Amino acid sequence: MDHALVVGLHLLHAMASLALVCIGLAVIFGMLRVINFAHGEFLMVGGYAFVLAAGAGLNLWVAMLVVAPAVVGALGFLVERFIIRHLRGDIIATILATWGLSLFLIGLAATVLGYHQQGVAPPFGTIQIGSYSIGNYTFFVIAVAVLTIVALFAWLRWSRAGLLVRGAMQNPELAAALGADTRRLRSSTFVLGSALSGLAGAVLAPLAGVLPEIGATYVVKAFITVISGGATALTGTTLAAALFGFTSQAAAFLSRPVVGEVALLIVAIVLLRLLPTGITGRYFRKAL
Amino acid sequence: MLTRRTFIEGAMAASAVPLVGLRSARASEPIAVGAIYDLSGPLQGFGDNQWRCAKLAIDQINEAGGLLGSQLEVKLYDAQSEMQFYNQFANQLALRDRVAVVQGGLTSSSREVIRPILHRLHTLYVYNTNYEGGVCDRNFFATGATPGIYVDLLLQAAADRWGKRVYVLAADYNYGQISAQWIRKAAQGLGGEVVGEEFFPLDVNQFGATISRIQAVEPDVVLNVFVGPAHEAFYGQWASAGMNQRIPMMSTTFGGTSEIVRMPPEVVNGIMVIGSYYESLDNAFNQAWLPDFRRRYGTDYGYLTDVPIKDWYGWTLWAEAVRQAGTVEREAVIEALETGIGVDGPGGPVSIDPTTHHCFMDTHLAEARDGEFRILQRYQGVAPTNPAAQCDLQARPDTNTMFTPDI
Repeated sequence: MDHALVVGLHLLHAMASLALVCIGLAVIFGMLRVINFAHGEFLMVGGYAFVLAAGAGLNLWVAMLVVAPAVVGALGFLVERFIIRHLRGDIIATILATWGLSLFLIGLAATVLGYHQQGVAPPFGTIQIGSYSIGNYTFFVIAVAVLTIVALFAWLRWSRAGLLVRGAMQNPELAAALGADTRRLRSSTFVLGSALSGLAGAVLAPLAGVLPEIGATYVVKAFITVISGGATALTGTTLAAALFGFTSQAAAFLSRPVVGEVALLIVAIVLLRLLPTGITGRYFRKAL
Repeated sequence: MLTRRTFIEGAMAASAVPLVGLRSARASEPIAVGAIYDLSGPLQGFGDNQWRCAKLAIDQINEAGGLLGSQLEVKLYDAQSEMQFYNQFANQLALRDRVAVVQGGLTSSSREVIRPILHRLHTLYVYNTNYEGGVCDRNFFATGATPGIYVDLLLQAAADRWGKRVYVLAADYNYGQISAQWIRKAAQGLGGEVVGEEFFPLDVNQFGATISRIQAVEPDVVLNVFVGPAHEAFYGQWASAGMNQRIPMMSTTFGGTSEIVRMPPEVVNGIMVIGSYYESLDNAFNQAWLPDFRRRYGTDYGYLTDVPIKDWYGWTLWAEAVRQAGTVEREAVIEALETGIGVDGPGGPVSIDPTTHHCFMDTHLAEARDGEFRILQRYQGVAPTNPAAQCDLQARPDTNTMFTPDI
């Protein structure tokens, strides 16, 4: 019984972490169709922003929930303004530019921040479940993931800004003809996606550590998940993150960690073979 | 098969050997030496300090008047953590720069890229990293420790303190796999038991399943052989579950990339490690050496442990052999090194084992404590592992292979 509960919590945590890692990319790649190869580095910058701000004596929660998203949001603004905007529609150039950006950010972090920046220990202590113990921070990660997804969903579904963003993504010409400033909408959507990546990087930092090349750990899984999610970015990514997080962690529980990694990839391949346009290419097509 | 390329390389190598000898005859010319380190890319965290230690040794040699009356001139290449650059630069160093010795490389894969090249081109190679052990090649010297030594001492320390039921967590490639074999062997030797063993691909950073399995098994001690940035995630998750207060943790790799300054003390305090060097060593040599290092490079370099420090030993040992041989010519230097030459250094005396071309060195048991390693015990002059005496370069100098432990 204890064991089942602990396994369940770890499964939830794996799904939530993967969803957090992907949510920024879901907005940037899923909605804007911008292939951002520097996504992993956006998470890394978020982690560093959090760790540096907390290290400078700022309140932990302000550093995590305000500073990190703000810093990466600002980075996203600059990147969109000076790089992405000028390459719109040119997929190859965007891939090359963001890949270069990724290398640049890794090099910058390695040179300026180095490998000696002290991290932050996971707060909150632990609870005991039978002979098992589990960090309370695990619950926090799950809560942040759920709240982020719900808030994003609500914003897109019910707010006027969300409606404009959806319109501008679905049919830019028509939205522009109706008076929406699609360029500004694209820019602010990119900033939103960046800020969400910053938040994820900060929330995961106490459990994952922060290093210049940590982004490489995330970027592949994030792309696989968002692509498998399909056309309807938010719903699709959430479902795919839940499916993949569950599969890899369950396989790791039943067998070994390497099997968990393999299971994730097998499920992704089978899924894309059966549903080439992703989960929401066939199901939940009316979702967001 | 003799292709045009191998023919040309062979011919150039043949002509390169006497040239090195000729150069050393003219004392005023600088002696060219080669260094390959990962100064960018994912391994930069290792490479930066490796190069700092190497450069310190070279600068100290030059400031003391050089070798045989000549200054050392380093040809430094940044391999950018990419194997094809190791290939390219090893060839360049041997054929174009015609250096007297090549030192460097970090990963076993980088070593196995350049070792055959330098062997074929008759250019001495010194490798200065802890690795899985077993290389047996007359043209090759290793100053790093091999896991056989470390796990024996660690498991003995664990048995003295906590018990003999060990849970092993290791990186899923040859270093981790071979280390785990050594751990099984050492545990059996002590009458202990490996009660769990898990291997992690290098990009795994979710350890929930593993941590709950460890909680179910309740071993006396966990011994990890983690490698790379993703695995660092383990320590935060382990501490988050409160496990760092419940089950002792040991590691053969922790500390190699300044983890001790990067991770909060409340996460890593108490982790027991083993190595030939920690900054906190209080021997007289280190009392002078470490301030010299800091004077040259400042204090923003992280924390030195035995991986980067071996590059200092590698260069210093080679220089000592050159002094003894009176030439930088390869054959004479190998013979000088094979006399069991030794130098004193910040981690204590280190000397060459002529049989295996690995090193005898002092080894220290230490514990992470508030951003520092506290030394618990010193083992003097620990011998390199050579299972079943497989490698004997004195009896069989033509050996050129890599033995894996027969366990």
